Amino acid sequence: MDRLTVSQLSAGLRSGKFSSEELTRQSLARIEAANPSLNAFITVTGEEALTAARAADRKLASGNAGPLTGIPLAHKDIFCTAGTLTTCGSRMLANFVSPYDATVVSKLADAGVVLVGKTNMDEFAMGSSNETSYFGPVRNPWEVSRSPGGSSGGSAAAVAAGLVPAATGTDTGGSIRQPAAFTGITGFKPTYGRVSRYGMVAFASSLDQAGTLTITAEDAALLMEAMAGFDARDSTSADQAVPPYSKMLDESLAGKTIGVPREYFDDGLDPGCERAIRDALDVFSDLGAKITEVELPHLALSVPTYYIVAPAECSSNLSRYDGIRFGYRHPDARDIGELYTRTRQEGFGAEVKRRIMTGTYVLSAGYYDAYYLQAQKVRRLIRDELMRCFEDVDIVAGPTTPTPAFGLGEKIDDPVQMYLNDIYTIAVNLAGTPGISIPCGFSGTLPVGLQLIGPHFGEATLLNFAHRYQQQTDWHTKTPPPVSNDGAGE
Amino acid sequence: MGLSKKDVQHIANLARLEVSDEQIDDYVEKLTQILDMVDALKEVDTSEVLPLAHPLHMSQPLRVDEPTEKNQRDLFQANTEHVEQGLYTVPKVIE
Repeated sequence: MDRLTVSQLSAGLRSGKFSSEELTRQSLARIEAANPSLNAFITVTGEEALTAARAADRKLASGNAGPLTGIPLAHKDIFCTAGTLTTCGSRMLANFVSPYDATVVSKLADAGVVLVGKTNMDEFAMGSSNETSYFGPVRNPWEVSRSPGGSSGGSAAAVAAGLVPAATGTDTGGSIRQPAAFTGITGFKPTYGRVSRYGMVAFASSLDQAGTLTITAEDAALLMEAMAGFDARDSTSADQAVPPYSKMLDESLAGKTIGVPREYFDDGLDPGCERAIRDALDVFSDLGAKITEVELPHLALSVPTYYIVAPAECSSNLSRYDGIRFGYRHPDARDIGELYTRTRQEGFGAEVKRRIMTGTYVLSAGYYDAYYLQAQKVRRLIRDELMRCFEDVDIVAGPTTPTPAFGLGEKIDDPVQMYLNDIYTIAVNLAGTPGISIPCGFSGTLPVGLQLIGPHFGEATLLNFAHRYQQQTDWHTKTPPPVSNDGAGE
Repeated sequence: MGLSKKDVQHIANLARLEVSDEQIDDYVEKLTQILDMVDALKEVDTSEVLPLAHPLHMSQPLRVDEPTEKNQRDLFQANTEHVEQGLYTVPKVIE
């Protein structure tokens, strides 16, 4: 089965090689065939998709189409879609139909994309393996016994397996970049505030950011042109013009500088991953970029800092789930107190409850200064030292993850081991900078992700570096073996 | 630092969660592991560092105080069956 990029599909639609309805039917057929084994989708919106595809075909015929008109796309099930389930991977929202669209959803719909469904994810985006989903884990198309990463694992698996050419995701501590690395695709997390959070179910509001899962950096640029921009409905939305990212991809890298943090190559890094990353840096040298070492001495503290800040914000955000106005409600509570506790006990899964309790504890009387305030101070140290790197270098580069995709069941019973897996991605969220993971080779038979990190609002620079690399290499064109139709199948 | 079962019950109560007797040991063990991991922060000297709440140092924007949303009560209340005459219903609060 061929797996075409958004840019290739867009050209095919314009030249009349195929229609959006044909593309959409193909995408829906692929989802139907692969979902029993991958579990990448929670909801498939077949009828609505075909209606949208026919509208896109009329627009294409009339000559009013944009670059995304008629392109099938999936949204992570954290984005509210009016009239369709938005579950956030939780029993709490298993019956929730949003009364409105997220800004990301309405902007992409205005750009003409065809929504084919909502992808599976870790519950409330809290997880790095997709195993915390109420709807069961997603499987990695490269090896179905392995995790696709998380929390945007459904979106990553769907793009890697060619079910859709692109999908949206969200990244609070690595939830776009890590699954992209584990499934051999391109995952882009913009600057905090670059894309509106309106209608995106909140986990940790000072860290959450929407982004893209695509085959190429060029496709990420095309989607970002439609998704990014100021939104009066998000009070942390950045009021900055959106550059024409897709027109800025080809700039030469000659004379540009890449900083490589020494701390990214510690003992925890898998040797196969390290080899692939070093080879990728050589490619950038060949493209004329200068490679230099930088230091991030507080990097190891990014995991502990994150696991105070994120649970604290989560415990506050998730207090809205009380069983009264929407979502799950425990059916026979005797009083209001029991209604709250039984609803929350039954509606949330184990990892979400652990994070709510961690957050409640670090914010509680007597512990706030020692934990939360201290974490906010260390957060500044981590941010400042990353910012200092950008005084000397254009971007920072290193591995996205310490290992390639781990096995399902391998880490789920040990939360701290699971958390430490995000060591290379979390600092980017704490600092609010953009980051991208691009495929750069294999460790054994599993894909490896190269992470590029830029300064605030350095999206165009990152996409330029990533695109030039992808012009020079073919790792992003590697596809997983065809998914069998007969269940888990290993 | 270790948490006791009593600590965990207290936190659960603050968070309006219920921890059953079978689950309590698992919560004590895993929350203690998490707190041990974050304890690494206590070693850092931050006496001269200001806390960071927003990575871009943006302040909250204000808008003119005019209504921007129309009343969509029926649409919003379609998300629960526990509604009577436009009001949400809950178990009796006052005897």
